[in-house]
Amino acid sequence: MEIKPPVPQIPAPIWRNIKDLQEWEQLHQRRPEGDKHSPLFESVTEGIHSFPGGFVVTTVADAFLNWARKSSVWPVTFGLACCAIEMMATFASRFDVERLGMVPWASPRHSDLMVVSGTVTIKMAPMLERIYDQMPDPKWAVSMGSCANSGGPFRHGYHVVKGVDRVIPVDVYVPGCPPPPESLLNGLLLLQDQIAHFKRTGKRAAPNPKVD
Amino acid sequence: MTRDEAKTRIAERFTGAQVEPASAEATAGRGLPLVVTIPPDQWLAFAQFAKTTLGCRFFSFSSAVDWKEQGLEVIARVENVDDGVALMMKTKLGAGVTTCASLVPVFRGANWMERECYDMFGIRFEGHPDLRRILLGDDWVGHPLLKSYAVDTPHPPYR
Repeated sequence: MEIKPPVPQIPAPIWRNIKDLQEWEQLHQRRPEGDKHSPLFESVTEGIHSFPGGFVVTTVADAFLNWARKSSVWPVTFGLACCAIEMMATFASRFDVERLGMVPWASPRHSDLMVVSGTVTIKMAPMLERIYDQMPDPKWAVSMGSCANSGGPFRHGYHVVKGVDRVIPVDVYVPGCPPPPESLLNGLLLLQDQIAHFKRTGKRAAPNPKVD
Repeated sequence: MTRDEAKTRIAERFTGAQVEPASAEATAGRGLPLVVTIPPDQWLAFAQFAKTTLGCRFFSFSSAVDWKEQGLEVIARVENVDDGVALMMKTKLGAGVTTCASLVPVFRGANWMERECYDMFGIRFEGHPDLRRILLGDDWVGHPLLKSYAVDTPHPPYR
């Protein structure tokens, strides 16, 4: 298989607080490329803004679009390891994410969310990247469990990617080994809060929008 | 065929082979295999002998051990399921030697096991029909279960 050259050559992040990670994440961000305003969008918003009180319209439109986005986050059914069992439990009737508007969908092209559930090996990373690239924008990723967050117990193995954020940008990290369905549900609710704060400025919401 | 019969037959046919345990008392626990250490040039001949004469038709597994400066050791376990006799075949390749005779002409089940052995230890099995990596990617550099392999070997773009 052809191996793509590394995009940014940045040393591994050893982060004590979330701020360092955010900085590193911003350097790794690939999203603004695919999320630039189209010329038509620019002209229409500028036209609306030229009217007195026009910003109200765009703000309301943003809020409406964000409400629509966060109410229909469809996760792609993509399980990697034992965390996938907990993910399936979350998707099943007892914990029932469909009440949050999440429908597990068996195609990345119709999905908005990828739950990376389990160890990412070096052999699997290109496939994971490809599936993420197949998802249409706007898209989100949840890193589930210690393995996807940092490599977990297999961190010192020869074959493990030490954190899925070296492959794709991650929005919410759910700790645990594996995280129980309650933890994952909490992570998904956090993600919905993030989406509610999503702005079309190229900036991403803070990891915990409840603070601001 | 009992274990003792198997031992005497091995001693008759292969004088260079070393069979453990030497005494029957040490094998009081059942199910323990006879551990046979063979010189590497008789590896394939011994496998043929174990299959035809001793009736060990079931090939259980094959693996290897890296003894650092003493070199690599190849291990295979074959079993006579009818009589409950198991053989653990071992051969020390010697320092710096990475070639060994393949057991695929005798046991077809050795095919993937030896591919894994090649993948992890870099042992080249001569006579293997399809010797390439089985678990790691084709672009992998090095053989990770060797003691000399650095675990933090960079693997772009993900590490």
